[in-house]
Amino acid sequence: MKIAVCVKQTFDTEAKIVLKDGKVSEDGVNLIINPYDETAVEEALQIKEKQGGEVLVVSAGSDKSQDAIRQALAMGADKGILINADTNADEFARAVILSKVIGGLGADLILCGHVAADDGSSQVPTRLAEILNLPHVNVVNKLELNGGTATCTRETDGGTEIIEVKLPAVITCQVGMNEPRYPSMKGIMQAKKKPVDKAAGEAVASKVTIGSYFIPPAKAAGKKIEVDAPEAAAQLFNWMKNEVRVLG
Amino acid sequence: MAKGTWVVVDQRDGKIRKVSLELICKAREFGDEVAAVIMGSGVEGLAAEVGKYGADKVYLADDAKFAQYNTGAYAAQLAAMAKKYEPATIIFGHSAMGKDLAPRAAQKLEAGLVTDCTSVEFAAGKLTFVRPIYAAKAFAKVTVDTAPVMATIRANIYDLVEAPKSPEVIKADIAATDADMYQTVKQFIATISSRPELTEANFIVSGGRGAKGPEGFTMLGELADLFGAAVGASRAAVDSGWIDNSYQVGQTGKVVNPILYVAAGISGAIQHVAGMSSSKNIVAINKDPEAAIFTVADFGVVGDMHAVVPELIKQIKK
Repeated sequence: MKIAVCVKQTFDTEAKIVLKDGKVSEDGVNLIINPYDETAVEEALQIKEKQGGEVLVVSAGSDKSQDAIRQALAMGADKGILINADTNADEFARAVILSKVIGGLGADLILCGHVAADDGSSQVPTRLAEILNLPHVNVVNKLELNGGTATCTRETDGGTEIIEVKLPAVITCQVGMNEPRYPSMKGIMQAKKKPVDKAAGEAVASKVTIGSYFIPPAKAAGKKIEVDAPEAAAQLFNWMKNEVRVLG
Repeated sequence: MAKGTWVVVDQRDGKIRKVSLELICKAREFGDEVAAVIMGSGVEGLAAEVGKYGADKVYLADDAKFAQYNTGAYAAQLAAMAKKYEPATIIFGHSAMGKDLAPRAAQKLEAGLVTDCTSVEFAAGKLTFVRPIYAAKAFAKVTVDTAPVMATIRANIYDLVEAPKSPEVIKADIAATDADMYQTVKQFIATISSRPELTEANFIVSGGRGAKGPEGFTMLGELADLFGAAVGASRAAVDSGWIDNSYQVGQTGKVVNPILYVAAGISGAIQHVAGMSSSKNIVAINKDPEAAIFTVADFGVVGDMHAVVPELIKQIKK
C-alpha cells in the first residue's frame, strides 16, 4: 500500500507570539512538525507495519520544512518530498500546490492532520481531496482498512459517526488516534540516508488577504480569594447571582 | 452581479443548530438580502423558522440524498446552486458540518474561505473577518478578494434577534447525484444527554486533574444541573479515563464560548485555555494559587474543588 502523508512545520505550541513590523515573528521560535501531522505519520507507519507498503512524506514550505520531513523519516517513513512554496500562500493556493505533486504519486491513501496548530484553518486536506476528486473523511480518531475500503470513526456534533469510503481517499487525523513514536537513534541515523526530493511549487495566487495581525490585550486581573470553603462558596454564589446573573 | 448573503443551515433530523440562526441575524447587517440555504429531506417546514430571524429567501434542496449529512451530495448541491444564483457571500456556522462542507464547496467554486471566525463586520462595502491563530495567542484580520466570499463563523458570538418575515421559498433543482455520495454513513451514535451540548452551552462546569476521578465529575454534574450547565473536561481528565473525550474542551477538543465557564481543578494549560478563553465570565477553583488558570479567571477561588464545590452546591440549593 502506498501512503502519502502531508506534514506542515509549525511553531512549537508553547511558543510566545510576538509581532515584528506587524507580522508574526519567527525569531527564536522552535519549529516542530505539526502535532496533528505527527499523528498522521504514526498512523501511516502502523498501517505499513500491518500490511506492508511505502510511506511518503510531503511538505510544502521553505527549506526549513526539511526538518519536519527528516523527523518523519526518522520515525520510519521511506521518502520525503519538499515542495518549495511561499509560506504566505492561502489555503486555496497551498491545496493547488500540493495537488500538483500528490496527484502524481498514485497513493492509495493520503493522510493529513485535520488542522495545523498555527493557522487552525482546517481547509487544505479537504480542498486537496476535491482537486484530486477523491473521497475524504475529516477528524478521524479510528481508522480501519479492509481491502479497498476505509472505515472511519469520527466525532461530530452530538455524537460519533462511522463512515466508510473507498480508497484512494484523503483521511484527516485527530490527535489521540495513536501515540506517535519517538524516533530512535537508529531511525535518526537511517533518516539521513533516505531520499528527500525537491519539487518546485507552482506560483498560485491566493484568494484571501490577511490585512493585519494583533495580539489580544492581556486580561485585567480578576478577583481572587483564598478563604475557607463555606466562605468561598458564599462569595462565589453571590458573584454568580449578582454579577453574572446566572442563578435565579 | 453577485448579490445576497447565503447562510448555509446546519440541520440534523429537522433540528436547526442555533449557530445558523445566529448568523442569519448577523447577516442582516451586511446591507444585502439574506437567504437561508436548507438542504435535507422533509425539511420544507424549516423555512418558517429561518423566516422568524429575518431571512428574505430560502433556497430549499429537499431530497432523500440529503437525509443524512454527507459531504459529497451537500457540496455538489451547494456549488451548483451557487453557480446558478451567484450569491456575493456564503457563510456557515463553524460546526462539525460547516467545517467539513465549507472547504469542499469552496474548492468546487475556487473561492477563498476564512474559517473559524470570531467576528465579522461589514464596513465600506466589505466584510472583514477576525480569526484566531496560534491557539488564540494572536488574531488575524482577513478579507476575501474574490467572489463568492466564504466564511465559517463560531457559535455563541452573535445574538438571536427576531425579525419575522415570510421568506420567498425557491425550490432548487437537485444537482447532487448518487455518484456524489462517496461517504457511506454506517452509523451515527448520538450522545444522549439531558445536558446542553458543549459548543452551544451558555454555562459550562468543567473539571481537570483536580477532579481526581469519575466521582469528581459526578459531583460537577450535580453542580451543572443546578443551573442548566453542560459538563466539560480538560485533556488530563480525559486521558486519565475519568470522562469521555467528547467532553474535552481545548485545542484538541471543543472550542466553547459560554456566558459562564467554571474551571474546577484545571491548571490552565495553553491548550485548554485556547478552547475557552473567549468565555464571557470565567471562574477558577484550584488548590494551587500559582495555577495559570487564575490569569484568565474573572473570579478565582484558591481552594480544593472537593471542598468548595459541595459548599457551592449547598448554597445554591438553599
